[in-house]
Amino acid sequence: MAATLKLEIFTPEAVAYRDDVEMVLIPAELGEMGVYPMHVPLMTRINPGELAVTKDGEVIYLAIGEGFAEITQTNVRVLVDMAIEERFIDEKAVEEAIERAQKDIREAMLGNQEVAATQVALMKSMAQLKVRRRRYTPAAK
Amino acid sequence: MAANTRDIRRRIKSVKNTAQITKAMQMVAASKMRRAQMAALASRPYAQELSRLLLPFTSFEFDEDGGGHPLLQKRKGGRDLVILVSTDKGLCGALNTNLLREVGQFDPENTEFVCVGKKGLQFLARAKRTVLAEFQLKDNFSFFDAQVAAKFCLDRFLGGHVNRITVLYSHYVNTLVQEPCKLVVVPVQSFEVGSVELGRNGSRSDTEVKAEVPEYILEPNQADFLDSLLPHFVFYKIFHMILESRASEHSARMVAMKNASDNAKQIIKDLTLEYNKIRQASITTEILEIATAQMILS
Repeated sequence: MAATLKLEIFTPEAVAYRDDVEMVLIPAELGEMGVYPMHVPLMTRINPGELAVTKDGEVIYLAIGEGFAEITQTNVRVLVDMAIEERFIDEKAVEEAIERAQKDIREAMLGNQEVAATQVALMKSMAQLKVRRRRYTPAAK
Repeated sequence: MAANTRDIRRRIKSVKNTAQITKAMQMVAASKMRRAQMAALASRPYAQELSRLLLPFTSFEFDEDGGGHPLLQKRKGGRDLVILVSTDKGLCGALNTNLLREVGQFDPENTEFVCVGKKGLQFLARAKRTVLAEFQLKDNFSFFDAQVAAKFCLDRFLGGHVNRITVLYSHYVNTLVQEPCKLVVVPVQSFEVGSVELGRNGSRSDTEVKAEVPEYILEPNQADFLDSLLPHFVFYKIFHMILESRASEHSARMVAMKNASDNAKQIIKDLTLEYNKIRQASITTEILEIATAQMILS
C-alpha cells in the first residue's frame, strides 16, 4: 500500500518543499490537523505557525506563514508566504525583526494598512522563533 | 575627397561617447535583468498553484444574481478597468510600443485606466483616455506595494463602478522575447501561468483549465475561505504580472542597449576606415606635389 502523501510547499519565492511523506501536521485555522494519506478532500486557511512533516519515521519542522492548504487523497499542497526549515532559522535575525516590528507598531508611525502588514510580519517572525526555540535546545537531541 | 578629416574625427569621438553610455546602460540593465528574471520565474509556481486552488470555484459559471462570491460574478457589459503596466523609462526597444498598441482595443468611452509606470501614463494622456490613478513602484517593490495598487482597483470593482479588471502587461518569455498580454483578473477565473499560448496577434489567450475536481470540505467555511482566497489571488496575480513586466523591461533594455553598442562599434569601424582613406589620399597628394616641385627645380 502506497502510504505516502505528495507534499508540496510553495512560497512566492520558491518551491520550499517537495517530497513524498507519511504524515503532515498543519496549523490550520480551526486548529492543528494531522493529515495522513487518503484524507478527505479539504481546503483550509493556514495560520502562521509550525508545520511538521513525518518522512521515514523522522520529523522535520518548518516555520510557515499565512496561506492556504489543499488536501486531496494523495496530495497536500501548501501555499504560504513563508516557509523555513527549522535548521535554517536565524534566531538572532528573527529577534531583531520582531523588535523592529514592535517598535514600528508602538511608535504608530504607520498607516492602517502598514500596521496590518507589520503585524503579519511580526506573526511570521514569532512563528519562526517558536519553532526554533521549542526544538533546538542543545541538551536534547 | 574633399571631406574634412577633422569632421570625421569629431564624429568618431561623439559616436564613441554614445557607445560608452549605451555600454554602461547595458551593464546596469543586465544586472537588474538577472534579478528581475529570477524574481519573475521564482514566483511562477506559486501563482500557478494559486490558480489551481481556485479550480473548484471557477469551473462553474456564475451570472449576475447567481450565488457565489462577488469576485466570481460575471457581470455583463458595463465599464472596464485596465491596469496598464508599462515602464518608467524609455530606451527599451519596442516593448512599450507593442504594449500600448493593445490599448486601442478598449472602448475609449467605457474604459478607465490605472497606470503602473510613467510611459503608459504619458501615452494615455496624449490619447485623452480616462486615467484614474498612477502608481509608481520602485525597482525592488514588495508585495505590499503592489497590493495598494491592486486594492484600489478591486474597490472600484466591488463598488460596482467597473465590471471587469484587465491587466495589460509584458509577459516575459525569455531575454529576447517579451510579448504584450492582457488578462482578465476580475471576475476571477483560472488560467495557467507558465505555459504561454501564443495568440496570432501576439496577445496571449487565457488557457482555461478544465479538470476533474473533487468536492472539497472548506474550512472555516466557504464564505470565509473565499473571502480570503479570492482577494489574495487577485493581489498576487497583479503582483506577479508586475514582476513579469519588470523582467521584460530589463531584458528588453539590455538587448536594446546591446544592439546600440554593437551599432556604435560598427559605425566607429566604418568611420575610421573612411578617415584613414582620406588621410592616405591627402598624404599621397602631398608627396606627389613635393615630388613634382622637386622635379621642376632640378
